[in-house]
Amino acid sequence: MNWSFIIFSVVKIAIVVGVVQGMVAYAVLAERKISAWIQDRVGPNRAAPPFVKAIPGLGPVLIRLGLFQPLADGLKFMLKEDFTPAGVRKVYFWLAPAIAVIPSMLVIAVIPFGSQIGRQQMVISDLNVGILYTFGIVSLGVYGIVLAGYAANSKYPFLGGIRSSAQMISYEISMGMSVIPVLLIVGNLNLSQIIGWQSQHGWLALYSPVSFIIFLVASFAETNRLPFDLPEAETELVGGYHTEYSAMKFALFFLAEYSNMIASAAMMVTLFFGGWTLPFWGLDHPAASLGMGIAQILVFLVKMLLFVVLFIWVRWMFPRFRYDQLMDLGWRRFVPLALVNILITAMVLWCVS
Amino acid sequence: MAATKHFEFEMIVNRKPLTLAERLYLPAIAGGFKVTFRHAFRSLFGGKTVTMEYPEQKWAVPPDYRGAPYLVRDQEGKTKCVSCQLCEFVCPPKAIKIIPPGPAGELADRPNAEKMPQEFEINFLRCIYCGLCQEVCPEEAIFLLKDYSLTGQSREEMIYGKEKLLALGGVHGGIQKWKHKLDEAQEQENFPVKV
Repeated sequence: MNWSFIIFSVVKIAIVVGVVQGMVAYAVLAERKISAWIQDRVGPNRAAPPFVKAIPGLGPVLIRLGLFQPLADGLKFMLKEDFTPAGVRKVYFWLAPAIAVIPSMLVIAVIPFGSQIGRQQMVISDLNVGILYTFGIVSLGVYGIVLAGYAANSKYPFLGGIRSSAQMISYEISMGMSVIPVLLIVGNLNLSQIIGWQSQHGWLALYSPVSFIIFLVASFAETNRLPFDLPEAETELVGGYHTEYSAMKFALFFLAEYSNMIASAAMMVTLFFGGWTLPFWGLDHPAASLGMGIAQILVFLVKMLLFVVLFIWVRWMFPRFRYDQLMDLGWRRFVPLALVNILITAMVLWCVS
Repeated sequence: MAATKHFEFEMIVNRKPLTLAERLYLPAIAGGFKVTFRHAFRSLFGGKTVTMEYPEQKWAVPPDYRGAPYLVRDQEGKTKCVSCQLCEFVCPPKAIKIIPPGPAGELADRPNAEKMPQEFEINFLRCIYCGLCQEVCPEEAIFLLKDYSLTGQSREEMIYGKEKLLALGGVHGGIQKWKHKLDEAQEQENFPVKV
């Protein structure tokens, strides 16, 4: 443990957390804009500080795209009254948003978002058991939702919390098992090593597409996004687990949802789409220069944002699954499919070697 | 117990089992992507959005719309209101306040009227746009016109006085009650109308 390690880690954490928070804010904007376009609407196109309009040419375009809406949204959340309803279990009620938000931020710690700049590896913590850590942390996220539902002392949040716990259990299993073929192929749990393997042999989505599809669907369920947003289910449960929350505590659940989304997108990019590598322009091996290092970070961000857009797009495309259909899909389709996938991958690998 | 038949049109809906393609969801997913992409593309690049961007674009107010009640003048620019206070009486939220001129007050500026209001106020923070004032007015002096977005910076600003109401109401074209009466009287030549 030396000082430079601590200093560089703190800097990396600060930058990553800052970038992720910014991306959450703009993911909310993207959500609103994309939903608007899909539904033949315009979307947020008003909010802007007064000086922006004065910028010739560019200013009106920025306002039209709603690029200042996240600032207004954030300000609104901070200024709203933080209301605690009577009859809630105060400790859990205050604890739940924090428990929801912390795991979603922690997942990002092990994801390699670039190769290296100078001698610094572009990952906060290069764990040897990166995937196990991720699954462990991701499964903690449900506690925030269940606690919120339980503590609010209200029927709708309670139903949302119950649904969430059942949903998480059903999909965590198939999600975990869908990654096992990846581990069998690569033979390593370290996410950097997995990316390294992919830069030599090609993206894992090509080797194990079934794994990818199961992981994709399971991560929709894990992040409570439509078609699996049963814990929230506005049309059935008012607001689901966060019905009784307001102001910053509500914003924290919002933050948790979107940073979960970003974390899942990052995981998918890392596990199945080669992380920061591209098979051409020499982007497939650790960077030697500063420019290449930054280019690789950008490659990672672009890949990740594509998945975030997919998440958002899918939300405005499908109706919600019914509860029994969700369980049916989780237990009777994906769990067997994942098991068969493991078996076949193992047999193929055994035959090859 | 045998099932009783409740309706003549009772029927059994045949639910076909889903085909393999339907159970896989994949064609439906592809269809969903297609439809949403088409709509997103159109609203992004074709400009085909259904949104009316309100302050810049405004909707066509239908002819029988009940907007804000204003006082109107007749075709000669005279005040039609005779300060009878029926509208003040009927107004459900008590938004109208009329101060009559009193014995020594100003006389009406038109024939066939004894007086006109000294002050006529409508509080548009109270007004519910019900139209009872228009319905009850014997002189057809108050009409719900087409204004629908009244705003102001203070409560005082939202109380419209007589001059403002008359200015906003303008001249009402169609109805000239007393002219009709006069015409009728002149035809019959027995109606005691002093001009």
